[in-house]
Amino acid sequence: MVENKANCEQVWREISNYVDGEVDTALRQTMEEHFQSCKRCTSVLAGMRNVVQLYGDERMLEVPAGFSRRLEKRLASDVAVRGKRWSSWSAWLVPMAAMALIAGSVVLMNSLTFKNFIQSRHAQPGNNIPPDLMVVVSNGSKLFHVPGCAFIRDKASERTMTAKEAMRDGYVPCTRCLRQYLKTGLRREAKDDDATAETEEPPDDVLSTVGQ
Amino acid sequence: MSEPDMVLINPEQTRPTREQDLIVNVQRGKNELFYELVRPYERRVYAAALAILRNEQDAEDTVQEAMLKAFANIRQFRAEARFSTWLIQITVNEALMRRRRERTVVMEGIDDRRPDEEAEYAPRDFADWREIPSEALERKEVRQRLAEALATLDRKYREVFVMRDMEHLNIQETAEALGISVASVKTRLLRARLMLRDLLAAGWEQGWFSRLPFEKGNKPW
Repeated sequence: MVENKANCEQVWREISNYVDGEVDTALRQTMEEHFQSCKRCTSVLAGMRNVVQLYGDERMLEVPAGFSRRLEKRLASDVAVRGKRWSSWSAWLVPMAAMALIAGSVVLMNSLTFKNFIQSRHAQPGNNIPPDLMVVVSNGSKLFHVPGCAFIRDKASERTMTAKEAMRDGYVPCTRCLRQYLKTGLRREAKDDDATAETEEPPDDVLSTVGQ
Repeated sequence: MSEPDMVLINPEQTRPTREQDLIVNVQRGKNELFYELVRPYERRVYAAALAILRNEQDAEDTVQEAMLKAFANIRQFRAEARFSTWLIQITVNEALMRRRRERTVVMEGIDDRRPDEEAEYAPRDFADWREIPSEALERKEVRQRLAEALATLDRKYREVFVMRDMEHLNIQETAEALGISVASVKTRLLRARLMLRDLLAAGWEQGWFSRLPFEKGNKPW
């Protein structure tokens, strides 16, 4: 029957929607009439319903042996760890702590750098002291002096070395006997790194003054 | 969202109260309840991952990763959605990403270049075919046969069929999960169901189910 063949194709196109109840009433009626007279389409319908029923069954959802145990274990370990680290307020704690740490480090680094810069001018004003100048250090103090300075402590432990060696060992110049050099240093700063002015300072003068 | 709303929006949800409680508790930090929350769906999410990846180990790894993602995002879950659907969508996403990453798509890609609108599929006319009763699913060999038949389908048909008829997502949800149109879902689903019907009927002819204890009253179609 030519008419029936055309109807079969139409039925096949809609048969999945029919099974899902997604066809309108008119089409549903047309299809039901067709099924009554067409064995083949009825077979297709029954077969499709069987497919939907079988595959939709819970028993078709098989998992490999040990699947549940492994999933539970994985969740128990990872969820516990992540939970502790990220849950609720502590979720904010970590990033905030990290930011505080970074900010703190930046401040600290800045201040250290700045201090070092300052210290290099004050604690090591020896920049202006001739490195080969013979100086005296003694126990109980981290100062170095021009020989004969009245402020040398524990004169019995006096040792003589060059200014360069003294500074390398961490000694700083005595502000009294070596004041000239320190002033020179300050003046040099004030003069905006006028190197020629500094080199022209006569260190001999100081030596002779203090040495008397 | 209050529980009455949940029931209204999700009439098919069988245990809104218990599940809703679990979700809220996990969202509030009771992490140890998470497995209990997802356990009822572990088989479904595995089937979804397997449909896409077709490899048991990959599917299992994917499920684990997907469940961890679900946990990490549990606070974003909104009660308007079904929790099962949400889990399946996360899993499908994870599986699709994994397949893209591992490029296992290459082998199947050729099949999928064919458009959905190809020549209409005419179901075969079988002289002798009987309905397979649900009880037959108790037998591992039957389940195995059905799984094998499903695995022979082209990817695009298999995925839609699994989401729709095994995961029980609706057409809209299936379209969203797989990133395809509603029309494509319908076309592919029709095709998948027709092909499976033919495969099972052919299997019947080849004696796949010959030892099944069918009742004599079952008539051949």
